[in-house]
Amino acid sequence: MKHHVVPRKHYYLVFLALLCLTGTTVAANFVDVGGLNLLIALCIAFTKASLVVLIFMNVRFSSPLTKLFVAAGLFWLFTLILLTFSDYVSRGWIPTPQPWQESPNRNVDNPALH
Amino acid sequence: MSDADTLSHSLPAASAVEEEPSHPAYRHQFDDMAQQFEASHLGMWVFLITEIMFFGGLFGGYTIYRSLYHEAFADTSQYMNIVLGAFNTSVLIASSLTMALAVHAAQTGLQKPLVRFLLATMALGSVFLVIKYFEYSEKFHHHHFPGPNFHYEGPWARQAEILFSFYFVMTGMHALHMVVGIGLLSYLVWKASKRVFDATYYTPVEMIGLYWHFVDIVWIFLFPLLYLIGPHHMGGHS
Repeated sequence: MKHHVVPRKHYYLVFLALLCLTGTTVAANFVDVGGLNLLIALCIAFTKASLVVLIFMNVRFSSPLTKLFVAAGLFWLFTLILLTFSDYVSRGWIPTPQPWQESPNRNVDNPALH
Repeated sequence: MSDADTLSHSLPAASAVEEEPSHPAYRHQFDDMAQQFEASHLGMWVFLITEIMFFGGLFGGYTIYRSLYHEAFADTSQYMNIVLGAFNTSVLIASSLTMALAVHAAQTGLQKPLVRFLLATMALGSVFLVIKYFEYSEKFHHHHFPGPNFHYEGPWARQAEILFSFYFVMTGMHALHMVVGIGLLSYLVWKASKRVFDATYYTPVEMIGLYWHFVDIVWIFLFPLLYLIGPHHMGGHS
C-alpha cells in the first residue's frame, strides 16, 4: 500500500500559518472598515479551512474521486446557503396578494348603514 | 478476523499476483489493502459531507438572523470573551497539528510517537473543553443563557436572545463533537498501545484524524462568526 507521506515540515509550516491567520483575524476585528469586516473575517476563515483540508486532511494527494466528493460537498453547502438567502433577500421584490382589507368608505361602525 | 486469512486463498489470481494481502486487518471483499483503505477513505468523506450539511444548516440560519438583526448581533460581541476564544482557536489548531503528526507517525510505523501524539491531541482537546466550560459558566452567570432567566441590557434583548440561542446550539454541538472525538482518540490510544497500526495498516488513525480536522474547521468558522461580529469599541449603539 503506497501512500503519499507529507514531510513533517509541511505540517509545522501550516500550523504556523494557521496561528498567524488567527492573529490576523483578531487584529482585523479591531479595525472598523464597515461591511468589509465580515468579508475579511470570512476570507481568512476560508483560507484557514483550505489549509486544513489540503494539507492536514491531505486532500491534495488524495484520489480524484475523493476530491470530487469534497467539491460536491462544498457545492451543496453553497447551494443550501445561497438558495435560503436568496429567498430572504428577495422577499417583497414582487407584490404578493395581500389579505382583504376594508375600504375606507365601507365603515361598519357607521350607524347610518344599519 | 481469522476467516479473512482462510478466504484470501480464494482470491482472484490477478490480484494475488500484484500483492499478497496477509495483514490481519485485510478483509476478503477487497482486492488489496489499498482498495480497502480507499473505500474507508471515501466513506469517511461521505460522512463528513453529511456533517458539513448539518453544521451548514446552522450556519445558514445564523446568516439569516444576523442579516435581519445586524445591530443586535454586533451588540452582543461586547460579552464575547475574545481572549479565551482566540486562545481556544490556537489550542484546536495545535491539536490538529498533533493529530497530523500522529497520522505521520502511523504512516512511518513509529509506535511510541504515535501514542504520544494521540495523547497530546486528547490533552489539547480537553483543554479546549475546560476553557469552554469557563466561558459557558460566565454566560450562565450573566443570565445570557436563552430561556425564562434570560436577561440582557439595552434595546436588543429579544434579538440578542436569538444570537445566544445560536451561540449555545452551535458551540454546544461543536463541543459534543469534541467529546466524541476524544472518545474515539482514547480507542486509538488503546489500539496503538497494542501495536495494531503500522505503515501498511493505519486506516482508523487516518479516519479519526479526518474527523478531528473537520471539527477544527467548524471552530475556524465559529470563532469569527460568533466572537468577532462587531468591532470592539464598547457602547453598542450605532
